[in-house]
Amino acid sequence: MQYALLIYTRPGATEALSPDEQAAVHDEYMTLRKEPGMTGGASLHAVETATTVRVQDERMLVTDGPFADTKEVFAGFYLLEADDLDAATEIAARIPAARLGGAVEIRPVVTGPS
Amino acid sequence: MPVEQVFRDEWGRVLACLIGYFGDFDLAEEAAAEAFAAAAQRWPSDGTPDNPGAWLVTTARHRGIDRLRRDRVLAAKLRLLAAEPSGQEGAEGKEGEDDVAPTAIPDERLELIFMCCHPALALEAQVALTLRAAAGLSTEEIARAFLVPADTMKRRLTRAKAKIKLAGIPFAVPAAPRQPERLAAVLAVVYLVFNQGYGDHQDRSGLAAEAIRLGRVLAALLPAEPEALGLLALMLLHDARRDARFTGEDLVLLADQDRSRWDRSQIAEGRALLDRAWRRPGPYALQAAIASLQTESELDWPQIAVLYGELADLTGSAVVRLNRAVAVAEAEGPAAALAIVDSLDLPEYQYWHSTRAELLRRLGRADEARAAYGDALARARTAPERRFLQRRIAES
Repeated sequence: MQYALLIYTRPGATEALSPDEQAAVHDEYMTLRKEPGMTGGASLHAVETATTVRVQDERMLVTDGPFADTKEVFAGFYLLEADDLDAATEIAARIPAARLGGAVEIRPVVTGPS
Repeated sequence: MPVEQVFRDEWGRVLACLIGYFGDFDLAEEAAAEAFAAAAQRWPSDGTPDNPGAWLVTTARHRGIDRLRRDRVLAAKLRLLAAEPSGQEGAEGKEGEDDVAPTAIPDERLELIFMCCHPALALEAQVALTLRAAAGLSTEEIARAFLVPADTMKRRLTRAKAKIKLAGIPFAVPAAPRQPERLAAVLAVVYLVFNQGYGDHQDRSGLAAEAIRLGRVLAALLPAEPEALGLLALMLLHDARRDARFTGEDLVLLADQDRSRWDRSQIAEGRALLDRAWRRPGPYALQAAIASLQTESELDWPQIAVLYGELADLTGSAVVRLNRAVAVAEAEGPAAALAIVDSLDLPEYQYWHSTRAELLRRLGRADEARAAYGDALARARTAPERRFLQRRIAES
């Protein structure tokens, strides 16, 4: 099965760490990318760089900031091929954001016609 | 054995086996339902087969395969079936009990129960699914037991099954490092079911009995797990007092219960299980030990207080400390107990207020006692409890 591991971080959580710890966290993210089954993913710039667009009555409405104003912000994702939810959960639990005040949302990816 | 009894006993095992075989909950459930319907039609005239479970599994496999064949959208699954390793009996077999040896029917109920109680499902869905899939209750029965409309329960089950399929919740016993926490979740679901039934004066839903049945399955399949044994012991020891717990719809306190109405054989069975669980007692075994001491003719309150203390250390629960205070009240007197109660932060908990009220009453502080009974009454949820508290207020 294919899963998207959606990474939500708490802004400032990583910055609060020492430079060495930040480097270690960065390495963890890099190591996870090489995990068997990892097929893709992306890391996003800080939420301050986000732009949100909506269309109402054919008028484009562009606003500064993220879609949802939440304490944790969407920061990136991995795409993972795993046997089942338990296997995906074990990988997700190793994503640093999960223990640094953020969370990882596991979503199965639609594959093929359903 | 009546057909209905066989059905209840066999449903979980047959369904588990079919999910393991087909890898699809809905297909397995439909196939199982067809097989049980065929059995209901045939067994009364043909007689119940020697191995009802094997008959049901074999019949259901054939029905399921037929269903797959008919359903062209699921053609991909047929290819999967064709790739089944040889040794599985083929799709061509004749329906009936003769073409499968009883040993060929694996017991996969643990896989089923762990799947139903997966933490990725909401607790209410875990409970409903466990009762439907493992215990074999109908959707309507579960809905009645939890006082929700049948449609609501049906949607709850449908959503849960859809999540299992789409999110890839495994039909598996979790790997060793995760097993203790996952087993704790399973046991919590069973105990929740038990309490849902036990709280009702007649247990019209039969949920306490269903929970005990599930507890027996777990204890049999996990004989080396002290907490599986401990939970079954706990449920049996509580349930043994069931007939004496109410007069009409009113609660009877332990001390006032008619002991001749306790089920002695159930108490003995609970104690034997407790002995086995005692090698490594967890929260359920400790609670069972307390329940066991409460069935003695002379209550050993100091020992009960010690066990509650151990349980409180293990669980960190303020409610358990409250229970310890009740035992301390008997062992050392109400003043020592009140000191414990007043140190606990449980302002919204009915029993914190009622326990305080009881202790204040015994200390002769009538006005404070009445006020505390009133606070308990404001939070009481069942009619028998409200009547009990109203009597206390009138008497104090």
